[in-house]
Amino acid sequence: MTLLIGASPLGAREPVCYSRDVNAWFCWDYVRDRQDELVEATSAHLQITVAAVALGLLLAVPMALAARGRPRAESMVLGGSTLVYTIPSLALLPLLVPLTGLTRTTVVIGLGAYCLTILVRAVLDGLRSVPDDVRDAARGMGYGRWLLLWRVELPLALPVVMAGLRVATVSTVALATIGTVVSEGGLGALIADGKNTQFNAELMTASVLCVVLALLLDAVLLVVQRAATPWARGRATA
Amino acid sequence: MSDVWNFLTDGEAWSRQGGLADQLTQQLLLTGTALALTMLVGLPVALWLGHIGRLGWLAIQISAVGRAVPTFALLALLARASWPGSDQFGPYGRAGLATLLALVCFALPPIVTQAYVAMRGVSDEVVDAARGLGMSGWQRFRRIELPLALPLIVSGVRLALVQVWATATIAALVGGPGLGNVIRLGFANTDRRSQGIAGALIVAGVAVCLELAMAWLQRRAEHAASGGRSGAGSDRRSDRGSRPRFGAARTPRRPGESGMSADASTVSP
Repeated sequence: MTLLIGASPLGAREPVCYSRDVNAWFCWDYVRDRQDELVEATSAHLQITVAAVALGLLLAVPMALAARGRPRAESMVLGGSTLVYTIPSLALLPLLVPLTGLTRTTVVIGLGAYCLTILVRAVLDGLRSVPDDVRDAARGMGYGRWLLLWRVELPLALPVVMAGLRVATVSTVALATIGTVVSEGGLGALIADGKNTQFNAELMTASVLCVVLALLLDAVLLVVQRAATPWARGRATA
Repeated sequence: MSDVWNFLTDGEAWSRQGGLADQLTQQLLLTGTALALTMLVGLPVALWLGHIGRLGWLAIQISAVGRAVPTFALLALLARASWPGSDQFGPYGRAGLATLLALVCFALPPIVTQAYVAMRGVSDEVVDAARGLGMSGWQRFRRIELPLALPLIVSGVRLALVQVWATATIAALVGGPGLGNVIRLGFANTDRRSQGIAGALIVAGVAVCLELAMAWLQRRAEHAASGGRSGAGSDRRSDRGSRPRFGAARTPRRPGESGMSADASTVSP
């Protein structure tokens, strides 16, 4: 990448650094001049990501709860989720177009399906990580099924579930760029445009924003996880 | 649906220049090479970090950052840059090198994290016992940790393989090789939609085959890892290789006698 940094962002004199002649990779003028476009793309990207992860989580929890404890149902859910992963995103999104059109919904449903596969696994793993003796003790104290789930199992499963949620979120931010094939890519649209029109600054800026957005969301979830599981503080988090 | 079937059974569609057969070969080549490169780069680092049990944050950070970089963005950047650019790259096709590099970056996170976690998952007591028996660091790694961690390591590779295969289709978005081309072109023109669906079916079908093959391999590794604990009296076969039987630690072996993954598949059922 050192090769790319050669064109200094500060070296812009007469022709702005994002003009066709200079075509710098890093160009602050571009960020300033196209601020609106960048903000809009980033916020679209964020909305798509949040909606997709929420959709995935909303479906994953009931599915995991329904399947757990039934080996056949569990392997069916896990097998099915692996199957979803084998569908290339490049094909899944266009396949949804006849149903939902060239809209944001299409991307959200597609990405939500991928999230679902990560999250179902995480929720199942999380519930499995609850020690049996803890469960027995709670039952001995007279906890019913739902109270046990709500007060004991879900809190104890939270670290594993949150780890899955972080993976799902970061992956979704990255994958959302593919939404550009149905004209709803958020930052992906800028990346595609930058590549097609050989606009280096646009391509690089959108890519960097994507990574920053992913790491930012990851950090937010980490903070939430720390706050929600005070008992796990001090122990290593993977 | 019949259009899809017609396209799939059309010999011309497969055999012509840049047809399905060519694209399939390109994508298989890309996936295989990318996975091999990733294992070559990622596994030694992850296994070593797991062995010394420190710098865990490094393994985790590599994965976190790797996952955050969109493959599409990386691909576009690499193909647009003066190196590697989007030139023809041997049998890998146009923009082959850029695709290869992007896929390696994509495959690193699952393989590195999983291998590291697998190594850390080996019980401390077993490792301590091995240490007590006077095994050196290398011996502990090769005879105790690696065999015990193997099933999880293989599961990481399995995960990566299917994902790399499916993701390789993205290369078509930057004019690269692979089955993404037939998918992209198919969905770009309404009258060729069935071809796009056919392409997607091929990709999904191969993915399922790869997944099944890896699941089989993983079962072999798991079988190898659990074989010792249940199989008393199997000490005679101990020099067959790196089964994680604890008893194996008692049988001194010459270094270089056993490989790693190769042995997992030679263990008798």
